[in-house]
Amino acid sequence: MKSSVIIFPGSNCDRDMDVALKKFGFKNQMVWHNDPRIPKSDLIVLPGGFSYGDYLRCGSIAAKSKIIKSVIEFANSGGLVLGICNGFQILTETGLLPGILQQNKYQKFICKNVYVKINDKENKYFKNIKKEILELHIAHNEGNYFCSEDELKSLNDNNQIAVTYCNENGNDAEEFNPNGALKNIAGIFSKNKNILGMMPHPERMIDKCLSSNDGNFFFENLIENLK
Amino acid sequence: MEVNLKVAIEHGLKKEEFNKICDLLKRTPNITELGIFSAMWNEHCSYKSSRVHLKKLNTKGKNVIQGPGENAGVIDIEDEDAIVFKIESHNHPSFIEPYQGAATGVGGIMRDVFTMGARPIANLNSIHFGSPQHPKTKNLLRGVVKGIGGYGNCMGIPTIGGQTNFDESYNGNILVNAMTLGLVNKNKIFYSKAAGINKPVIYVGSKTGRDGIHGASMASAIFDDKIEEKKPTVQVGDPFTEKLLLEACLELMAGKSIISIQDMGAAGLTSSSIEMASKGNLGIELNLNKVPCREEKMTPYEIMLSESQERMLIVLENGKEDEAKKIFDKWNLDFAVIGKTTDTKKIELFFDNNKVTEIPISILAENAPVYERKWKKTKLPQKIKFNKDDFKKLKITEVLKKVLGLPNISSKEWIWQQYDHTVMGDTIQKPGSDAGVVRIHGTNKAVATSVDSSAVYCNAHPLTGGKQVVCENWRNLISCGSKPIAITNCLNFGNPEKEKNMGEFVECVEGINEASKFLDYPVVSGNVSFYNETKDKGIKPTPAIGGVGLIKEYKKMITMDLKSNENLILVVGKTEGHIDQSVFAINILNEKKGPPPVINLFNEKNNGETVLKLIAEGLINSAHDVSLGGIITAISKMAIKGKKGFKLNKLKVLINKFDYYFGEDQGRYIIEIEPKNLAKVQKILKDNSVHYDEIGLVTEKDIIVDKEPIIRIDDLIKSNKNWLENYMDK
Repeated sequence: MKSSVIIFPGSNCDRDMDVALKKFGFKNQMVWHNDPRIPKSDLIVLPGGFSYGDYLRCGSIAAKSKIIKSVIEFANSGGLVLGICNGFQILTETGLLPGILQQNKYQKFICKNVYVKINDKENKYFKNIKKEILELHIAHNEGNYFCSEDELKSLNDNNQIAVTYCNENGNDAEEFNPNGALKNIAGIFSKNKNILGMMPHPERMIDKCLSSNDGNFFFENLIENLK
Repeated sequence: MEVNLKVAIEHGLKKEEFNKICDLLKRTPNITELGIFSAMWNEHCSYKSSRVHLKKLNTKGKNVIQGPGENAGVIDIEDEDAIVFKIESHNHPSFIEPYQGAATGVGGIMRDVFTMGARPIANLNSIHFGSPQHPKTKNLLRGVVKGIGGYGNCMGIPTIGGQTNFDESYNGNILVNAMTLGLVNKNKIFYSKAAGINKPVIYVGSKTGRDGIHGASMASAIFDDKIEEKKPTVQVGDPFTEKLLLEACLELMAGKSIISIQDMGAAGLTSSSIEMASKGNLGIELNLNKVPCREEKMTPYEIMLSESQERMLIVLENGKEDEAKKIFDKWNLDFAVIGKTTDTKKIELFFDNNKVTEIPISILAENAPVYERKWKKTKLPQKIKFNKDDFKKLKITEVLKKVLGLPNISSKEWIWQQYDHTVMGDTIQKPGSDAGVVRIHGTNKAVATSVDSSAVYCNAHPLTGGKQVVCENWRNLISCGSKPIAITNCLNFGNPEKEKNMGEFVECVEGINEASKFLDYPVVSGNVSFYNETKDKGIKPTPAIGGVGLIKEYKKMITMDLKSNENLILVVGKTEGHIDQSVFAINILNEKKGPPPVINLFNEKNNGETVLKLIAEGLINSAHDVSLGGIITAISKMAIKGKKGFKLNKLKVLINKFDYYFGEDQGRYIIEIEPKNLAKVQKILKDNSVHYDEIGLVTEKDIIVDKEPIIRIDDLIKSNKNWLENYMDK
């Protein structure tokens, strides 16, 4: 399986994603934002970081970058696009995913482990995944998901809410919401579920000696589903 | 502008210094030259008050690749790997403008590290604030934390450790010390010494603006009522540009075109160009019209003294300009050939076709003033005779809850949760532990690092305090199973022109040196910050020590959280019950006098090395050093981390129980072991003549002390966690 990780100026989780993808068997390539095109891939990843310094709005400048046209074409033709953290912000800025990511409710950067519940398994990302609740990690200042009522209805109607913040038992009450996101939303799909944007970082949780290795479930499953 | 004594004094120079400049030049300097002298001869850049004492420091060791004198120190961590590290202060700017002050402090120290070819892999910080009740404290804390996070998070370097203290002596002068560790191949280290004549001098990074002019001079003066007016001397940081600069520099460094490289930190273009030339025993010629400026009509004086951030100066091999420029173009950074190296041994500056400066480099560097300031010794205070009857009214568990909730003991999670501590995917021990630990990417090795200070002890007796900080730092590294290798120090003191403050400096340095020698724990880099004084009130002497240790197999790392019920808890090291200057004495008994705990360097070394032996044998399940708040506070912190309880045995020693549990004797560790390993552990401890007490065991949730009512671990978690959250958010 071939994957491509796009590097924007200011991306800083690109290496972590590269390590994770390779660990689980992807043939990964790094693609510079100014490259004319993306090599043939089964998966494109927009990594976390501070693309273009988060200037103007997180993800807004990356959403207008040269490479993003190819990403949009790839996504529109049904290709798998995964955006983590800043990657999620970029996906909402391009319009590939609905809604926006606002500043966290308590106006602070938050770096900690969180639990997320997988809400939909009828897709390439979570089909057959061996765990319902994953312990992952968040590190962001703008992860507070928001969208209009119509958009929310549409997300619900199409089962596009991918993962929601919860506790270790899957209780997704407001108190387990770290950043004020609407309906505890931690990640969403596009309508045909080939695009996934989420705030938590599975790539930081791939080794027992880190504080969790639940990221393994995510990547192991993803590559299986792509085979 | 005409230069005279008055103008020189406004530049922070003393009358005799100005006269010396005129004598050496055999003329009066022009305004640009005066600016250059004031930048090079201020305390911050010249170390004029500290130099004679710093020279005595123990800076050599078998793992030291580079000691003080470069952008940062470098140590060998086996194979091809080396760690570049340093700590630096950004105290004065952070008080005036906390967000930018702290942010640029972090940016500056990271540049020092990647200038040497190393990719930063971990950040730490030591921050000190005034009393929590002081009206400025909350905003300063909020701003500093946001600034540190804002810069480090954007750079994508994990902030894995630090310490935060509150004390009224910092009401008018907070301390912000930032430390960075970088990883480099030991055969590919870059230095600042220029070599060769007619080599192009290249400016890269951000454009030069008017920000930060006289920043270094500001950091060399005390504060008065007009500090608000000094805001323009604070630099403005842009971590995005620094991230690009980091990647561009490392890309250029992968080739062979760089002769020397130096970041533009304090005193900007002035100190970087002079330092490179001075170390190479060369001259340097710059055309200031070529310097990329972001503001119009900047004068040579402003260009030379600007402290705009995210800039580097490089001496390149001839003919490599195009190759280098391509890299900086790719990263959208300025790149300009602004001059060349010469054989004149002078700094010569041109602007609009006129020569605006001509000064022999030796005058600026080697002839910089050096002062042997007068200093006063601090006598060891008399021991306090505590009335033990007063203790009878107290309950251990009640005191414990109070101690765990004190500002200086309470959990600092509110702070470190705002720092990205997991980016880079190698953080295997997070903040809130004895030390932060990161793996060396792709290997079985890891480095442990911790930063510590003990202003209370240093204030009571600087010589003992200086020793103690080094020992505590060493213990923190031992506790997680690493072998301590070397330290960096950030020496924060008051006004060196006062004998008392100067004495504190001299004796703390002596203490640091003594411990560093005995423990074979050399000082490889550091920074001095004097004049932490406002309206005649100086800070407590606060040397901060940052240490680095090596874990050869990261899977053998030890953490501090209690692991399993029925495991035994031992205190390694002897407890005498020293409570003078302890948290218990100061906060519960309200007694602030007395001597700090005695440091016995022999025991310190022996106890630490023996703990490492136990760890190597796989006999320890968790470990933690005993510091503020004594034995019971240490065990409680282990219990809080592991969400476990503990039961303490009836005391078998003839010491008052409060002295025993809350005393702050040095050289001690708490270890958790499995009952089946007790005999083996006892044998190793006895064979190495290390004193130990078996004091209790791990329980599920209950905390059982004496015949006092049982409390639950959740109570302690709450006591420990709530203070800072409530203080900041409610």
